Amino acid sequence: MVLALPAPRRRPSTRGSARGWTAAGFAAPLLVYLVLFYAYPLWRNVDLSVHDYTIRAFVQGNAEFVGLEKYAEIFASDTFTTALTNTAIFTLASILFQYAIGLALAVFFRSGFRLSTLLRAMFLVPWLLPLIVSASTWAWMLSSENGIVNSFLGAFGVPQINWLTSPDTALLAVTIANIWLGIPFNLVILHSGLQSIPGDVYEAASLDGAGPWRQFWSITFPLLRPVSAITLLLGLIYTLKVVDVIWVMTTGGPGDTSTTLAIWSYREAFGTGQPDFSPAAAVGNVLIVIALVFGFLHLQIQRRQEDS
Amino acid sequence: MNRRPTPGASGRTWWKTALGVFFTAVMLFPVYWMFNVSLTRTSDLRADPPHWFPWAPTTEGYQAVLAQQLPALGTSLLVGLGCVVLTVVIAAPAGYAVAQLRLPGRGTLNFLLLVAQMIPAVVMAMGFYAVYVRLGLLNSVGGLIVADSTIAVPFGVLLYTAFMAGIPRELLQAARVDGANAWRTFVSVVLPLSRNSTLTVALFAFLWAWSDFIFASTLDRNGDLVPITLGIYQYIGNNTTQWNAIMATAVVASVPAAVLLVVAQRFVTAGVTAGAVKD
Repeated sequence: MVLALPAPRRRPSTRGSARGWTAAGFAAPLLVYLVLFYAYPLWRNVDLSVHDYTIRAFVQGNAEFVGLEKYAEIFASDTFTTALTNTAIFTLASILFQYAIGLALAVFFRSGFRLSTLLRAMFLVPWLLPLIVSASTWAWMLSSENGIVNSFLGAFGVPQINWLTSPDTALLAVTIANIWLGIPFNLVILHSGLQSIPGDVYEAASLDGAGPWRQFWSITFPLLRPVSAITLLLGLIYTLKVVDVIWVMTTGGPGDTSTTLAIWSYREAFGTGQPDFSPAAAVGNVLIVIALVFGFLHLQIQRRQEDS
Repeated sequence: MNRRPTPGASGRTWWKTALGVFFTAVMLFPVYWMFNVSLTRTSDLRADPPHWFPWAPTTEGYQAVLAQQLPALGTSLLVGLGCVVLTVVIAAPAGYAVAQLRLPGRGTLNFLLLVAQMIPAVVMAMGFYAVYVRLGLLNSVGGLIVADSTIAVPFGVLLYTAFMAGIPRELLQAARVDGANAWRTFVSVVLPLSRNSTLTVALFAFLWAWSDFIFASTLDRNGDLVPITLGIYQYIGNNTTQWNAIMATAVVASVPAAVLLVVAQRFVTAGVTAGAVKD
């Protein structure tokens, strides 16, 4: 995902129309691509959600039109409340901790020291690994009997925790793994945000006798607010979509205890032996709406920052 | 190495380096653990407490990878490269049209591309499934390449646009004076200048396609050629006892990420600080 870029604005030209056609020619592959591989699948998805699709109807294409019935069904379902709550907890806990840890590390790495560039680069590793690799590693680390985490905690007298199989800890376990995954992104963005705060502000503050703690709260944190807002919102939009990590670690279980909206949608459509595409598509569309609300908020903030 | 400490450098900040190494070690512990388990003998996997270091390393896990996962690695490579080509071919000219040719409606297009990146992959997967089922494209490498490219194309266009907008117009006008048309200018001036953008776009397109699980597990799950992410997933489902083989596959699947970080770290950070977000 790319932060909003200012569309290049130029004065309109008098002989623009020939140029316009040339431009359209260069953009044509993209436009065709967007229609075929974005608009059409999304349209099919809406279509799925307002029909009653079974596997057979899927192939034959004669599903019955049911209007908004599927939406009514999912809103009335018990899973909906659970999934919505879990999505909120998973998303908010993830982005808050990713942000706090990322910011602490960014401040730590700000005053370069020997090896700091190398170490900061190594922090990118979790971000670059395939999600399934990280997720399966965490699954093994958190396994009840042979997991290193339980073994470590056991050394301090903590009794065995069934991280992935207990209803009380499954959501916590996937959230921990997801926080770990998001730290590199927060670190990189916040670190580059810190670079734009001029060093003499800190020098002046330190001449005035402000300690590091005071400097952080009265300089770093307020000046970083725009970057923070963007980082948190992007993190939120990204976390709403997470499927891989949760699916590989718990498949949303036990029961629905770690089921988010994205997981619910995935499970209905692909996770069981009997695919149920219509409710899955309805849940997916609800998820799109939620993501877009925050997406527009993000674009709004971005625009205001560009104007100022 | 210069042994005279520069003010504030080595002498006073060694503890920061130490602390930094400690933080990095904690952060990368799961990666170490993956590596450690991949070298652990099957009989030691259930040891209590777990072996912190593979004192008696075994290549059992890696032999299993070689024996079973080579086709999957090949498929992932193919999908990744296909995705790179498709992404660059579509994104580069579009970036040129938006940044330099004043494409009518470019503001709207920019907006649509930003919105496109916010759509959850699971929703796209369902849409693609519904489309592919009719077209018979399920379980095909081509279908997977197209689906995977949807992660990278909007990113690519926005990155190219940002860079190409900065190309001095005099340069392009000079080309025009020499009689080059728009296509010629694009191929012989704009593209060579945008080399670094192309590398960044290609790098992320490859990495995202290589790492993709959602599209692979929905559109290609019964294919003859499954990518490595699905290979790992099926492994987890099939033989839960052989975690050394699973982790060995995971290590091998991480190789591209490691290579890219070492070889092209400059471009990775360029991509992130240009505002790149995974997925």
